[in-house]
Amino acid sequence: MRRIGAVLSAALLALAVAGCGSTGGGGGGASGKFTAPDVPMKKSVGKGEGEVDILAWPGYAEDGSNDPKVDWVTPFEKQTGCQANVKYFGTSDEAINLMKSGGYDVVSASGDATLRLIASGQVAPVNTDLVANYKDVQPFLKDRAWNSVNGQMYGVPHGWGANLLMWRTDKVHPAPDSWGAVFAKSSPYAGHITAYDSPIYIADAALYLMKTKPSLGIKDPYALDQKQLDAAVGLLKVQRAQVSEYWSDYLKEVQAFKTGDSVIGTTWQVIASLARSEHAPVKAVLPKEGATGWSDTWMVSAKSKHPNCAYKWMNYIVSPQANADVAEYFGEAPANAKSCKLTSDKSFCATYHAGDAAFANRIHYWTTPIKQCLDGRKDTTCTDYSQWTQAWTEVKG
Amino acid sequence: MSVAAALHRRPRLRLGLLLAPPMLWLGVAYLAALAALLVTAFWTANSFTGEVERTWSLENFRELFGIGVYKTVTLRTIGIAALVTVVDAAIAFPIALYMAKVASPRAQRLLVVAVLMPLWASYLVKAYAWRGMLAEGGLIDWIGKPFHASSPGFGVTATILTLAYLWLPYMILPVYAGLERLPTSLLEASSDLGAGPATTLRRVVVPMAMPAVVAGAIFTFSLSLGDYIAVTIVGGANQMLGTVVYANVGAAGNLPFAAAVAMVPVVIMLLFLAAVRRTGALESL
Repeated sequence: MRRIGAVLSAALLALAVAGCGSTGGGGGGASGKFTAPDVPMKKSVGKGEGEVDILAWPGYAEDGSNDPKVDWVTPFEKQTGCQANVKYFGTSDEAINLMKSGGYDVVSASGDATLRLIASGQVAPVNTDLVANYKDVQPFLKDRAWNSVNGQMYGVPHGWGANLLMWRTDKVHPAPDSWGAVFAKSSPYAGHITAYDSPIYIADAALYLMKTKPSLGIKDPYALDQKQLDAAVGLLKVQRAQVSEYWSDYLKEVQAFKTGDSVIGTTWQVIASLARSEHAPVKAVLPKEGATGWSDTWMVSAKSKHPNCAYKWMNYIVSPQANADVAEYFGEAPANAKSCKLTSDKSFCATYHAGDAAFANRIHYWTTPIKQCLDGRKDTTCTDYSQWTQAWTEVKG
Repeated sequence: MSVAAALHRRPRLRLGLLLAPPMLWLGVAYLAALAALLVTAFWTANSFTGEVERTWSLENFRELFGIGVYKTVTLRTIGIAALVTVVDAAIAFPIALYMAKVASPRAQRLLVVAVLMPLWASYLVKAYAWRGMLAEGGLIDWIGKPFHASSPGFGVTATILTLAYLWLPYMILPVYAGLERLPTSLLEASSDLGAGPATTLRRVVVPMAMPAVVAGAIFTFSLSLGDYIAVTIVGGANQMLGTVVYANVGAAGNLPFAAAVAMVPVVIMLLFLAAVRRTGALESL
């Protein structure tokens, strides 16, 4: 939203973020050179407090209630004596708001939430020496722009993956292999298309334009100047006329695909798996244009009431077995290098390119768009997240 | 000197003490909250961290009136609320008339219970039930099949249907109460003077029941105006004022702008109530 005061302060902050200014690699987010609020870091982990409040993406902390076979929270509770209270969120914005409301110890934050959490002082730096399993985390996930500031880690990497295209195999012919299937002008599936309900979804449209309309000059779907944003919004407005509903509640998407109210749209692997387990004939694929995606980090709240249990949880969830379980259930590459030997499907890590740093760099990870163009352009200003939020409201109409 | 005796001698003090708690409740919990909302609307939120910045500005309102999408959403919301009210009035009037003037006292009691019954079930259960019915291959599709009709799908129509169902009791009860007060002798007099049932309905019953209908309309209109749950469940991709407020509080973290948007239904309701006052319906609430 364009408010002069807010924009000014955002610009100031972004200026601080850009700081030394020269590092602006694709998908890497802002350079990690801004001074984060001074929040003390934990020096040692003592006895557990008996419980821990976890804020997580759906499928990240399963206790067997969705599927009795899928349970890694109960072993954690038995091992540590920390009773886990889990709350799932649907979008990064929701996660940030819930963190602000307080009452949560750890959060699984994506790249479009991490810097905002750090800048607003909601999360504390993480003492990685206290997280024994941190040493096994893939090196290409450590000290990245979205999870560290000035070489100080603000969390423990969890895993990464891509947003997929899902469709009903009985209703959609031929099988799609391009995002064009959801952005086409007069799609045969009009009225049954679904999309993710968050401003960050604009990046999906930008990515499609990046591949199909080179004349726009989009280099990074999170670094859009006004003209490029307008083009993406135009594409989304075409799509809007054919959308049945936007989803942020993953269970609602599962239901919509089961009934056939939605037959094609963006999804996560975990949603596709859930829908299939409920006998919906769906398939999900990574389209040829590539995809937006996420790289998630477990962060600890600055106001945590159960910091010891929070550290125990972070250490547990990136331990080889638990990280393998959650990665296989959610459908993402695990952060822990040792997890690959422990997945039930031995080719899992190969499928998800878990150890493949080059592949990981090709996914366009969710990043908060800011005024300073993340693709390194100096001659123009880019649109920031508040403008994306505004644009998203206009798309929905 | 006992407290009781002191209070007995000072009736004003007695009255003051008696009225203080409800007045405090009204003042602090209700009016102060409304005032806080109004004040917040003039602040701004930092676009990066979402922290509220307490500097005065009219930017939220400028944005609210300057950007076309909010006008669209406001008009859609008013349209939905108005249609829900019309649908409810059309359904509620015959039911209330039957309850008040035709049914036996026993049937009357049963009907009142039947009308109130849906209020015992959770709002969410009812809204999700409508989602199931309106879904592809759901109950409405199934019933419509022999007639080559299909469910309207999720969207504005579905929202109007669901809200009209949810708020129907709030329309029936005031209309029923209003019609019950209508003396039967008036209906007899009308027929003695040669008016047929249709004329009696048009010239006697409807004008006298109008304030009660308007009273019911206050409920259905204001409840629809603020709704954001039904529209997220059955409204497809459509937004209403409530969802814009919710998105700004819950997702974008822009509390000040949400407060500014929340002022819109307040203003619409004030205008609506001012119009209603002229019909005298407020006296029959």
